[in-house]
Amino acid sequence: MNERPSFLLDGDEVPFEPGQTVMQAALAAGRYIPHLCYHPEFTPHGSCKLCTARINGRLMAACTTPAETATEVESETEELNDLRRTLVQMLFAEGNHFCPSCEKSGNCVLQALGYDLGVMTAGFRHFFPDRPVDASHPEILLDFNRCILCELCVRAAREVDGKHVFSLAGRGLGKHLIVNAESGRLADTDVKVTDKAVEVCPVGVILRKRVGFATPIGARRYDKSPISAQALADAPRPLERNHD
Amino acid sequence: MSTLPLETAAHPEQLRRVVIEPLSRVEGHGKVTLLLDEDGHVEQARLHIVEFRAFEKFIQGRPYWEVPVMVQRLCGICPVSHHLAACKALDQVVGATTVTPTADKIRRLMHYGQILQSHALHFFHLSSPDLLFGFGSDVARRNIVGVAAAYPDVARQGVLLRKYGQEVIRHTAGKRIHGTGSVPGGVNKSLTAAERDELQKDIYQMIAWSRDAVRLVRQLFEQDLATYRGFGTFAARTLSLVRADGAMDLYHGGLRAKHADGGTIFDHVDYGHYWEQISEEVKAWSYMKFPYLRALGHEDGWYRVGPLTRVTRCDFIPTPLADRERREFMAFDDGRAALSTLGFHWARMIEMLHAAESIKDLLHDGDLLGTDLMAGGKRQARGVGVIEAPRGTLIHHYRVDENDQVVRANLIVSTTHNNHAMNIAIREVARQYLDGRTLTEGLLNHIEVAVRAFDPCLSCATHAVGKMPLSVELLDADGAVADSMVRG
Repeated sequence: MNERPSFLLDGDEVPFEPGQTVMQAALAAGRYIPHLCYHPEFTPHGSCKLCTARINGRLMAACTTPAETATEVESETEELNDLRRTLVQMLFAEGNHFCPSCEKSGNCVLQALGYDLGVMTAGFRHFFPDRPVDASHPEILLDFNRCILCELCVRAAREVDGKHVFSLAGRGLGKHLIVNAESGRLADTDVKVTDKAVEVCPVGVILRKRVGFATPIGARRYDKSPISAQALADAPRPLERNHD
Repeated sequence: MSTLPLETAAHPEQLRRVVIEPLSRVEGHGKVTLLLDEDGHVEQARLHIVEFRAFEKFIQGRPYWEVPVMVQRLCGICPVSHHLAACKALDQVVGATTVTPTADKIRRLMHYGQILQSHALHFFHLSSPDLLFGFGSDVARRNIVGVAAAYPDVARQGVLLRKYGQEVIRHTAGKRIHGTGSVPGGVNKSLTAAERDELQKDIYQMIAWSRDAVRLVRQLFEQDLATYRGFGTFAARTLSLVRADGAMDLYHGGLRAKHADGGTIFDHVDYGHYWEQISEEVKAWSYMKFPYLRALGHEDGWYRVGPLTRVTRCDFIPTPLADRERREFMAFDDGRAALSTLGFHWARMIEMLHAAESIKDLLHDGDLLGTDLMAGGKRQARGVGVIEAPRGTLIHHYRVDENDQVVRANLIVSTTHNNHAMNIAIREVARQYLDGRTLTEGLLNHIEVAVRAFDPCLSCATHAVGKMPLSVELLDADGAVADSMVRG
């Protein structure tokens, strides 16, 4: 008999350990909940809302909601996936996500989510922002036109790199990514190409220069398997968790 | 050399205007306008390219490594040509003055796959309905479906030749259309043994079918020599790339320009300074520029590029079957076929045969399986890449700043080089076939047959299956619609 506490996810029991979120427990149990701004190495953020689930009847972010017993979680429903598709469409509409010429294509989380969720149309009129590219850094390029405001780079710099390189400024439609330099140029920050913040961008904003299309089609991350399968493959295993 | 006096009518306000629009639904929407006097005599004929693409502008500010993938979106028929021309230019920017043998051969294989599929598409899908049924034949069957019904073997071979070329592209670029295989400095993949073996399996069939296609065009010439010899034919200067020994080389070489009589204007010129030889003129009635040879000026310096030029102006083709066909083509009808506008089709099929033979040779070269894919060197601010695309000489020219961003781009594509020549061809056809006659759909198709000989980008719409997207309006001297006709 399983003595560990558990909750119900789409009708199935999912065990968890105290302190885990619904997302962490689900992934550890081999259950995928779509997500974008969640990253196992950083403090959950809860901003993208892709992981929104119906938890005891209320719509809540699975990445920030603590797992508790006597909880019923609905995630894999047509209603929720419809909402997720709309959220992905809105993210595409806000930026210049021209997959055909974007070097992130095939390695892009937003694109992979679009495919995995079955987003078939644009859905909204696109904003077509025109933000200057920051190519000032000798090793890193910033294309602000693709930012989805997930703050993964902000959190990675702060929590892993121990730096304050990136931040979001402005509000509402005016919210945008900035860098921590008086000049506003990335070259004048202390970012390094080896920083976690550079590696973690899920879309094509923070790019290592002169890499481009070095990986052939067929060998890119999401050519091999869909993002849902990869998220489960990458999730911490219960054995590893017990050793923590 | 003087051009035909039909570019600008003396008194256009007194003439009827006939518009053929669109000629195309892809790259460069085109239309033809004819001005006719009261007796139906053609006073003016112009081919207009009315679409504005602006690639040169919107790649400014983009990182250079993005360019070969972005600019190939100019075209869905020959994207490989733009992909490779951009890479050849950006090889210089990253200092790769010579790419590795594996990279060179993978790129060439990709390019020959492109030549094969594009030439097959143009001849079988787009032009064979005109050639097999007649220029003024029943419009309802003058398309690839009609060809498939009447000539099933020809249609099937065309489809499979194109499919094979697309498979070559897929194995080298990652996708059949708009792949990513070539990168500044080299390629991102070579072939696996399994991929090579798969392509080797069918290549001899492709060579045989390509040879049959050359013979099919020859038969068409033989059956109606008078028409094929004279249709839209005119004398033209030419421009093409040739290898250092004068051989045809569709991937790399020096620039060769010839007078209409075959005399040399310049030869083996390094294309890295192409602007010293070629300039462009702008005319108010077309978005497409009119290139010309600087030495001869914009009035007389226009020229023709493409298969007909390459086949007739190279010293030889470095694959045996294609070279034998080239010699027969050059000798046919005392050399007149090699001067004719419809000779484009014959030359195109000879090039398709050359592409198939070249693919066969490459598939037996061990370098295709190599692992040394990239080269580099001292960074440069400027790069020029030139390639012979299916439709002719293609020039890409970039300047890149110290932050890796493109600051300037100039693209002179094959259709642009042929702008003046295509205008001459339609004026010649208008004079030969339309002058003083009651216009019909079949007669107007003669104009399109002439355009199609140069460039399938301007021909595919009129062979769309089903409703033909061609409308013609007759306007009176006041500009009011006197009559109209919609084909389809």
